[in-house]
Amino acid sequence: MLKSADVLADLTAASRDGGSVDKSRTSDLVKELEAFAKGTPLPVAAPVAEPVRQEAPVAVAAPAAPEPTDDAGFQPVPFSFDDFGDEADEATPAEAEGGGRSVFTVRFKPRSDLYAKGNEAVLLMRDLAKVGDLQVICEIDALPPIDQLDPEGAYFSWLIRVETDKDEDAIRHVFEFAEWDCLFEVKPGADEALFSVHTASGEDLPMAPVPFDLSMLDEEPAAAAPVADAPAPAVVAAVSVEEAPLAPPSLPRAEKAIAAEAEKKEAAVAGVPAAPQTIRVDLDRVDRLINLVGELVINQAMLAQSVVENESGGSSAINLGLEELQQLTREIQDSVMAIRAQPVKPVFQRMGRIVREIADMTGKNVRLVTEGENTEVDKTVIDKLAEPLTHMIRNAVDHGLETPEKRLALGKNAEGVLRLTAKHRSGRIVIEIADDGAGINRERVRSKAIENGLIAPDANLSDEDIDNLIFHPGFSTAEKLSDISGRGVGMDVVKRSIQQLGGRISITSKPGKGSIFTMSLPLTLAVLDGMVVTVANQTLVVPLTAIVETLQPEKQDIHAFGPTQRLIAIRDTFCPLVDVGHILNFRSYLANPIDGVALLVESEGGGQRALMVDAIQGQRQVVIKSLEANYTNVPGIAAATILGDGRVALILDVDAVVTASRGHALSSEMTLSATG
Amino acid sequence: MRVSGNDMCELIAFTIGEQEFCVEVMAVREIRGWTPATPLPHSPGYVRGVINLRGVVLPVMDMSLRLGMEPTDPSQRHVIIVIQVGGQLVGLLVDAVSDILMVPAASIQPPPDMSKEMDRDFVQGIIPIEGRMVCLIQLNALFGTIESEAA
Repeated sequence: MLKSADVLADLTAASRDGGSVDKSRTSDLVKELEAFAKGTPLPVAAPVAEPVRQEAPVAVAAPAAPEPTDDAGFQPVPFSFDDFGDEADEATPAEAEGGGRSVFTVRFKPRSDLYAKGNEAVLLMRDLAKVGDLQVICEIDALPPIDQLDPEGAYFSWLIRVETDKDEDAIRHVFEFAEWDCLFEVKPGADEALFSVHTASGEDLPMAPVPFDLSMLDEEPAAAAPVADAPAPAVVAAVSVEEAPLAPPSLPRAEKAIAAEAEKKEAAVAGVPAAPQTIRVDLDRVDRLINLVGELVINQAMLAQSVVENESGGSSAINLGLEELQQLTREIQDSVMAIRAQPVKPVFQRMGRIVREIADMTGKNVRLVTEGENTEVDKTVIDKLAEPLTHMIRNAVDHGLETPEKRLALGKNAEGVLRLTAKHRSGRIVIEIADDGAGINRERVRSKAIENGLIAPDANLSDEDIDNLIFHPGFSTAEKLSDISGRGVGMDVVKRSIQQLGGRISITSKPGKGSIFTMSLPLTLAVLDGMVVTVANQTLVVPLTAIVETLQPEKQDIHAFGPTQRLIAIRDTFCPLVDVGHILNFRSYLANPIDGVALLVESEGGGQRALMVDAIQGQRQVVIKSLEANYTNVPGIAAATILGDGRVALILDVDAVVTASRGHALSSEMTLSATG
Repeated sequence: MRVSGNDMCELIAFTIGEQEFCVEVMAVREIRGWTPATPLPHSPGYVRGVINLRGVVLPVMDMSLRLGMEPTDPSQRHVIIVIQVGGQLVGLLVDAVSDILMVPAASIQPPPDMSKEMDRDFVQGIIPIEGRMVCLIQLNALFGTIESEAA
């Protein structure tokens, strides 16, 4: 059933863009559906319900019509609201008015302009539902045959019975902005005859879609994710009219209780769950607010510092006021940051579909496991995450995982596991795509790279270097070109789009065990808890999340290792010592470890390093300021911040420093350029 | 910078050592006193570091060093000219701002073809004013190379 939703979405897209559709997939699916229908006769009505989608009526209806799935007939299904069938609805106008409520009949026929201007009948009706209880009938008489259908036309009209304690103006107000783009009339009183006819015909129709949709919601709320063009929400929409597609997950569940016929009565008593109120705000305004708050925080810190400097001790009133101000600014900052931060969940849920699709095409069994879906990251990052993530998921399924037969032969479970994880690390969001497949075939990558002239035949590359070759433009090991991969625009595009986000991507691959692609992206505009340290008279901020512990090295703990390297003994394990000042070129010599403090850090790769700094100043929450905005990316530095004294301090990029300490030059992010 | 016919160009002139330079006034966002900059690792020598410009992290370039002269030893008297080019802000550390000039565009002469002692790319033209000579700085050239050199 989920697949059918996917295919329908494809059909929709195809009909919209004039693209082609994989016929075999569709017919396979239809067979599956038919088989399913025979087993359980009722639920098959669901695909029928899908075409009766209120918003973008044509886009969905069009592709579905020619399909055999449509056997059950494409007929008007009246949209039932939560109180559908409730006795109260049958009340005569007189009775309703007696209860302080009046009834209006609204006829609403959008013109295509309405959709062109970004308005949606669904949204309008949702607003209308806030005015009063609705009973909606969709009239699709005007829907032309499929071949005459203008995909951008508007053919549906709605007849809405509104029962409300407000007046006509309240109803008109809802349609205020749509008025010019639709035919719209409000009449007091209800056209009971009309409604009773429709209601009757509605009740004749099987209400089977209801239980089915619910099971679907239970199985995978992802299907109901607010993806505007996916048909899945339409299924829900057919049942619970306008609330579900955009409502948070809790709502469909609440709706479920209402919609299920057995529980209808109780639900009606419980009342309609109130959707959380939302407003749409221009992103620029939010950004401006965030910037201003950032400055406020800095100013507040500067003020506090100068007060402390000017009157040691000071009057308690000033100090008290300052403290309160500090708390307030902190609170404002947190709230403002929360506006932009959003969980990665929607993006992750979209991946479920990608995995199913590719698995289907390649004949592989794949299970997608997601973790950390609620990890929050800035909206801009989320928006730009989908594309590279899709590429990588496709790659992982197509190249990474083996076919079920091969897996069984290797003694693995036939079902491949793809693990998608998000977590916060070092003030960045780290997204991992791990498969338990074959891992990178280094021999093949190498020979292919030599073939393509990317590397010299005698180039001496480490495993890591070879793995990184797949990020090279135009590189592909796939033998046959397919829809999925092998077009040579893959990982280099991924890498580029991630770099554009200020992120990094790395691979760890074990032959036979699988590969892990790790993306590390900045949480732009975020605040960071940092350790403020001094290195070579410079103030640096080390992200607190990266620090495992701090320690004061003793002379006997330091051991020389080779000509320049030193190790520090920490509870019987030896950890490489990295002089931050040296690696950042703040000083040309290696500082004596005994004079400084060591910060034990854990890097993305999992390895531990002891970073040597001269002194620790303290711990502070700092606002991340991009260096890229006015300058360029600085190796070893993640971002900048402004300290209480108004000076700029740099935020250390722990991972980059650790990588640099492994002998890679800080400035060249990839060794490829040197070898290629 | 559009230069055509009888247009007048408004320029801000500044001094570095004994020499006078100028930039187009429209590119200048503000002029402020020198504040100690936070040095950036792995950056070209002429990038003095970054300063806090009301919440914006502003890179500061030592113009003297950039133009191939002696590095500046900044003091309270030195000024930073904040200019904007292509959406980016950068501060130019100079000795002093001397003048605002109004010159006809026609009076801007192309720089003479001379040795590369001072990188010719940065000089868009030279302007004679009352016996003085003022070099018009090509801001885009100043910027374009930052990234490639820093990378």
